[in-house]
Amino acid sequence: MSKQKKSNTSRLYVPEPQFRPGDTPDYSHISVPVGHAPSRPDPLCPAHETSEHATRLIRVLRFSGEAAGDWIPKISPDTLRRALRDLALTRAMDDRMFNMQRQGKMSFYMKSAGEEAVSIGHAMALRDTDMVFPTYRQQGILIHRGASIKEMMCQCLSNSGDPLDGKSIPVLYSFKKHGFFSISGNLGTQLIQGVGWAMANAYKDSDGIASVFTGEGATAEGDFHYALNFASTYRAPCLINVVNNQWAISSFQGIAAGEGETFAARGIGYGLATLRVDGNDILAVYAATKWAAERARRGGGATLIEHFTYRKSGHSTSDDPTKYRPENEPDVWPFGDPLERLKNHLIFIGEWDEEQHTRLLAEVKLEIREIYKSAEAMGNLSGETKVNDFTMFEQVYERSLPHLDEQKRMFAAERD
Amino acid sequence: MPEMNMIEAIRDAMDVKMSQDPDVLVFGEDVGYFGGVFRATAGLQEKHGLHRCFDTPISEGGIVGIAIGMAANGLRPVAEIQFADYIYPAYDQIASEAARLRYRSNGDFTAPLTIRTPVGGGIYGGTTHSQSPEALFTHIAGLKTVIPSNPYDAKGLLIAAIEDNDPVLFLEPKRLYNGPFDGDPHAPAKAWRGHKLGDVPAGHYRVEIGEARKLQKGVDVTVLAYGTMVWVAQKVAQDLGIDADIIDLRSLLPLDIEMIEKSVNKTGRCVILHEATRTSGFGAELAAQVQERCFYALEAPILRVTGWDTPYPHAQEWAYFPGPKRVGNALRTVMEA
Repeated sequence: MSKQKKSNTSRLYVPEPQFRPGDTPDYSHISVPVGHAPSRPDPLCPAHETSEHATRLIRVLRFSGEAAGDWIPKISPDTLRRALRDLALTRAMDDRMFNMQRQGKMSFYMKSAGEEAVSIGHAMALRDTDMVFPTYRQQGILIHRGASIKEMMCQCLSNSGDPLDGKSIPVLYSFKKHGFFSISGNLGTQLIQGVGWAMANAYKDSDGIASVFTGEGATAEGDFHYALNFASTYRAPCLINVVNNQWAISSFQGIAAGEGETFAARGIGYGLATLRVDGNDILAVYAATKWAAERARRGGGATLIEHFTYRKSGHSTSDDPTKYRPENEPDVWPFGDPLERLKNHLIFIGEWDEEQHTRLLAEVKLEIREIYKSAEAMGNLSGETKVNDFTMFEQVYERSLPHLDEQKRMFAAERD
Repeated sequence: MPEMNMIEAIRDAMDVKMSQDPDVLVFGEDVGYFGGVFRATAGLQEKHGLHRCFDTPISEGGIVGIAIGMAANGLRPVAEIQFADYIYPAYDQIASEAARLRYRSNGDFTAPLTIRTPVGGGIYGGTTHSQSPEALFTHIAGLKTVIPSNPYDAKGLLIAAIEDNDPVLFLEPKRLYNGPFDGDPHAPAKAWRGHKLGDVPAGHYRVEIGEARKLQKGVDVTVLAYGTMVWVAQKVAQDLGIDADIIDLRSLLPLDIEMIEKSVNKTGRCVILHEATRTSGFGAELAAQVQERCFYALEAPILRVTGWDTPYPHAQEWAYFPGPKRVGNALRTVMEA
């Protein structure tokens, strides 16, 4: 082989992240845009007028805390303080649940550290009745929509308070009453389902919209293509969100073809409006979502939004990120932390101070601890789980079928 | 009663449901303006409007994916996959999503959708227009799989499937669309006109999912079949003078095990027929259940007559298809045991 004369110069190219464990990560080449461009077009503009928005980055918050540019949303200080609380609550819950998993109270958990603004800014801009098709890392939407944190914890603990009766692994929530679609373990599948949901809204002349999520890794699934294609073909009133947190477990975003072009830019080829937004800037996430929601509701069709952020924690409790990326990379990532940035903004506009902030963090920590205690009092997986085993035969079909009844009897006999 | 072939009966079922229920939508590749490559949706768009019956991009995963989202949002979509051979890109959406949505959300969300798709061989369809993939679906908990063998059942069963609150895979033996087929490719083609089961009531009626049809009563041997094979079974039994108890399963999951059990306990013999490949085919499940339930009544080993364990060939169509000769050999073998 080696002696064969090469007829071409093509070589197999395998993308690699710039930094691996042991390296000193340096992201000085990533220029954080300060010009606060691109501008905010009319939400019903032709899709191709957003092509610039697919490659640049919508930002509102400067690191000083100042809001700038024409995407500044009108949000009252009270609402911003509530958003800050939701961010802190989500992070506190994640921390608590991660630790409890480490103590063996539950089999598994997934944090959303660093990505809280994507969920909460997004939820703030939608109606609570707009159906969201989340992945497993948008728990902030539930927190913002006022879902019972205790019920969420009970789901993770698979105990007698689990609304899913122990059928699903932790974090795969389902809360129809909060417009939060049942989470599947199969990546990407919910994208096209959300488009179908939105098509049904349009068919019924409802002004409800759907919002679907994927990480950047799962944009490589066929379902992402289906979703963009169908959303464009039928002008479905939906938002397709790509949360680009740079990592799909151990694979950097280049492994999902992220080196050549932004993920938002995929939308342009399908004739969709596209926005690329600083995902650690809750005001920018809010403003972009609001724009896309208005477009969808007024019949302008779907928008693809790339939320540019960073996954600060490991992929899950089963993952150790120090095995594939530098330990301090989350700290040197140039877009900062969403919680800190909103805090700085509130302080900048004179609506918050360090003392209040310290008190808030202590408060939410305590609140989460108390809720967790009440949730764990209903059982956990390592102790005596109180979910009735016979419920495993329920909800396979609307009504039980003869062969399932028979298996239920077999199981009962096995129990005697 | 109006006489219909199977295509007309299927179209009529959709027409009846679309007329009754504005939540029923029909879509798939070429089903809209054109009326479907097999004409199963002809006229539906014109009658019910562009929003009710429309064309989709060529994307099976997309078709089933939107159907799930629509169904979860209160509609009753009837999606068409042009050939069952092309259903595999949608397998993830069917197996991981449609079938499990109710279970994994504990009833919070449901997927009352129907997927129609033509199956089976006998039409020189070769490797990708002849497959019978039912066993890949009967293995999925949460899904129902049905397959009619005649116009009457096709209409009633499709109406029942559309009204069912669980996802239903509706397999249509395309060899039977225009007439019954008894396995002899050289005999003149028969039409459904004049056939007892080509008499199809107008309007609404149901054939319940989970109930088999006793095609003919007999005492010698129980034949379990579905789709095209029920007509092969009937012809062969008649030619050989065997008094066979022929059961057209109609519904594979849920299965009418009661009728099967009673029949085999009466006859003591059982032959299972299907077009699909043999290994791990649905026949294996049937054989296992009959063995478990009727062991002491059996007077002969249970035999399966199936397609060979090869991809479906083109030139060798009638060497592959489990036709009268193969079925006859099996029936004679169990009767001699």
